[in-house]
Amino acid sequence: MTGRSAEAGFAGRGVRSDLRVKIEEREDGGLTVDLQSKVEAYYGAAIRDQVRDELEHLGVENATVTIQDMGALPFTIAARVETAALRAGLLEDKALDAVPEPDRVPTERGRVRRSRLYLPGNDPKYMVNAGLYGPDAVILDLEDSVHPAEKDSARLLVANAVRHVDFAGAEIMVRINQLPAGLEDLAAVIPSGPDLILIPKVEDPAEVQEVDRTITTMLETLEWHRSIWIMPILESALGIESAFDIARSCDRVVALTVGLEDLMADLGVSGSAKEQATHYARARIVNAAVAASVQPIDSVYADVSDLDGLTSWCERSKALGFQGMGCLHPRQIPIVHDAFAPTPKEIERAQAIVAAFEQAQKEGLAIVSIGSKMIDAPIVQRAAKIVEQARALGLLLEEGSGQ
Amino acid sequence: MTAGFTENAAGRIVPTVVNGHEQTPYRGIGRHRPVGNKAGPPIRVSSDYPVNGDKRVASLQEALERCGLADGMVVSTHHHLRNGDRVALSLLNTAKDMGIRDLTWFPSASFPCHEPVIDLMEAGVVHHIEGSMNGPLGEYCSKGKMRGLGVLRSHGGRWQAISDGEIHIDIAVIAAPCADMFGNANGARGKSACGSLGFALADSLYADHVIVVTDGLVPFPCVPWQIQGNNVDYVVEVPSIGDPSKIVSGTTQITKSPDRLIIAEFAARFVRDAGILRDGFSFQAGAGGISLAFTAFLADMMRDAGATARFVRGGSTRVLVDMLQEGLTDYILDGQTFDLSGIQSIATDPRHVATSPFTSYNFNGKGNFASMVDAVVLGATEVDVDFNANVVTHSDGRLLHGIGGWQNCLFAGCTILAMPSFRDRNPVIRDRVTTLTGPGELIDVVVTERGIAINPRRQDLIDATKASDLPIVDIRRLQADVEHICGGKPEPAVLTDQPVAVIKWVDGTVLDTVWQPRVDPDPHS
Repeated sequence: MTGRSAEAGFAGRGVRSDLRVKIEEREDGGLTVDLQSKVEAYYGAAIRDQVRDELEHLGVENATVTIQDMGALPFTIAARVETAALRAGLLEDKALDAVPEPDRVPTERGRVRRSRLYLPGNDPKYMVNAGLYGPDAVILDLEDSVHPAEKDSARLLVANAVRHVDFAGAEIMVRINQLPAGLEDLAAVIPSGPDLILIPKVEDPAEVQEVDRTITTMLETLEWHRSIWIMPILESALGIESAFDIARSCDRVVALTVGLEDLMADLGVSGSAKEQATHYARARIVNAAVAASVQPIDSVYADVSDLDGLTSWCERSKALGFQGMGCLHPRQIPIVHDAFAPTPKEIERAQAIVAAFEQAQKEGLAIVSIGSKMIDAPIVQRAAKIVEQARALGLLLEEGSGQ
Repeated sequence: MTAGFTENAAGRIVPTVVNGHEQTPYRGIGRHRPVGNKAGPPIRVSSDYPVNGDKRVASLQEALERCGLADGMVVSTHHHLRNGDRVALSLLNTAKDMGIRDLTWFPSASFPCHEPVIDLMEAGVVHHIEGSMNGPLGEYCSKGKMRGLGVLRSHGGRWQAISDGEIHIDIAVIAAPCADMFGNANGARGKSACGSLGFALADSLYADHVIVVTDGLVPFPCVPWQIQGNNVDYVVEVPSIGDPSKIVSGTTQITKSPDRLIIAEFAARFVRDAGILRDGFSFQAGAGGISLAFTAFLADMMRDAGATARFVRGGSTRVLVDMLQEGLTDYILDGQTFDLSGIQSIATDPRHVATSPFTSYNFNGKGNFASMVDAVVLGATEVDVDFNANVVTHSDGRLLHGIGGWQNCLFAGCTILAMPSFRDRNPVIRDRVTTLTGPGELIDVVVTERGIAINPRRQDLIDATKASDLPIVDIRRLQADVEHICGGKPEPAVLTDQPVAVIKWVDGTVLDTVWQPRVDPDPHS
């Protein structure tokens, strides 16, 4: 079959860091690249070479490729070219086992997850600098921020970003779509090696288990031995009521979070009383997460211009037991970090408790006390967690560290 | 057009003759020692002027005729009306109506509103432009269509060129928002208020003939008189000298871009951590988004430190005016006024002082303010691994914009270039800048969102920031990181051997040549 063609990506006025690719199949003549680029003078030859290499790698031998480039980086070019070829029906399934494992070190289960910065999955311009803002995690979103007609394109862009963009040590999360569409997302993104998958609108532990099985099967096929975690998002009354079962549905679950907008719609309450209306749900999530030994993580604060509002929200969120929350804009990150990090006073007290406990252990004492106050085991455990978190965040001056 | 080329002290090939005038190639920082006397205007006799001081004539054409406008003359305008200016085109179109040809237009800067000058060059009315050329004018010049070579000078360099006699202005036409019949004028008042008129001051002092064009005539005396009527031949009253909505932006905006905010904050933290921020210090930053954000961050740090500046240098904006009113600085020394807050302030607050390129920037004189500024934050299109910088051309060699005060500011105690590490996949840090606008000896720090590079020549700054938690890296490391993101080293500009413009250094020597870029390659392959 010849004459198949398709387009992918975006170009034109106001578009940055993206490109529009049109691929037209032909019978013979090899690959012709017709390029208009903002960076023709500097990277024109490199772009043409990359496009040819990508298509040859994908098994496309004869095609005319027309590109309008707005200064896209190589990972975006790769994604858009592959999407256009896919849409044109020119691709055959690639063998999974041929995909090399990324050399990024997988993240740990108990990693600090104070902030996660949302990045629209089909917009490359926000991706390359996301790590510079220092979030604990980035979320490449395939769900709400992506138009239904662009899901295929976003999958490949996210997969390329996960593999090629340096997120400066942030945990790389991908929010997939609700099942069953989310399974297609997994097929595209797991071979790039994300650290964590967010599953939206979870109501039943079986959904999480299906994602878990899919990931496990893919990793076995790839022969990769790396952890990929799961964070279910509860966004309905039923999901909230199933929180504990969802939290302990499989070993990959490391955290539980909530989607307040959908939850409010499900509850039939208006936006003005968000905190009041969802208080039970949020408290339930904290309780379920802690009971299942996973992290309770709050939703997002939608008004990115209201930093004072965010600050007070964070204070109440932390008081409720949450350990972090989502960020829609980089300016929210430092506020969230400050709010969810232990305070110097908390760290000092926790260190004193841990030291007192260790001293008591040495002396064989059953009762631990600081001054006239008795310290019981749960307080010691909580203090140990605070010390551990402070250490992870570099807030602890280790003895002999020279800091 | 050109007699030949030579290699200057910066290793750049430059023409020895430009538009018929012999040139001195750049010799190095402070190496050029000109001798002789300053230029001066012709002697005039007051008895030739109206005893009642009324120099008004009915039209610009009448004024130009009385001044003896003729083929091949140099006519000058200023750019304080920015993209709202109507006077420069009015002058050149009047010259066209008079049948005049081959003028040299000598603006202190040009803007997109001056695009019709292309038609006047095509028609032969204008021979060439000596001044900044951006947008369509830059494209026209870059394509080699201008009959003469463009000459790009800094604001201070323009004063130097005028006062040293390097360029002789036959007729200066000064747009004035506020003027009296005698020719006294200022820019701080009137319906077309633009703030300072400092860029027109040299023209008023040295031109053979001076015409003030105003839409804000006031009874004598017009106070203050930044332009002195004693230097003015004729005054022309017109309904409008410009579009006020384009003369000022109303409000100048601090960038909301997270990337640029990182850059601005890094720059401010550098100034603080290097010990530059202290009571009585001074700084300068422009009106761009990063510069304004830098100023806002620095103001916060000044509050925290309990420090105030003795003076800050404008371009003035709301951000600087707020600092003045809060008491964070004693003075604003203002070269150009960018927004309504600045205009209102310069008109009403004696601590907000209008300056000129003579006081601020003129290198061939008995000192200037530029070297007295402790820190300056500037932008650039490119910087290379030797800290040389380019501010006039794209990386493909096309003219982008003028030099402005940029070159002059390099003499500050600490010169910081603050810019994104790449723009549209175009890395900012190069092996060698396409067009040399500022020698690396004078550029101390490069601040990007990915790290900060300190010029190895500034061991004092390196030592001062050793304990800082700022991401200070070697410039080559920064370059490598960015090239890795962008997919390798960018191709250098492909240029022809045809010069289209020259870059003057602050002392009048020729620093570099702008070469015509090769025609875009065929996109088909």
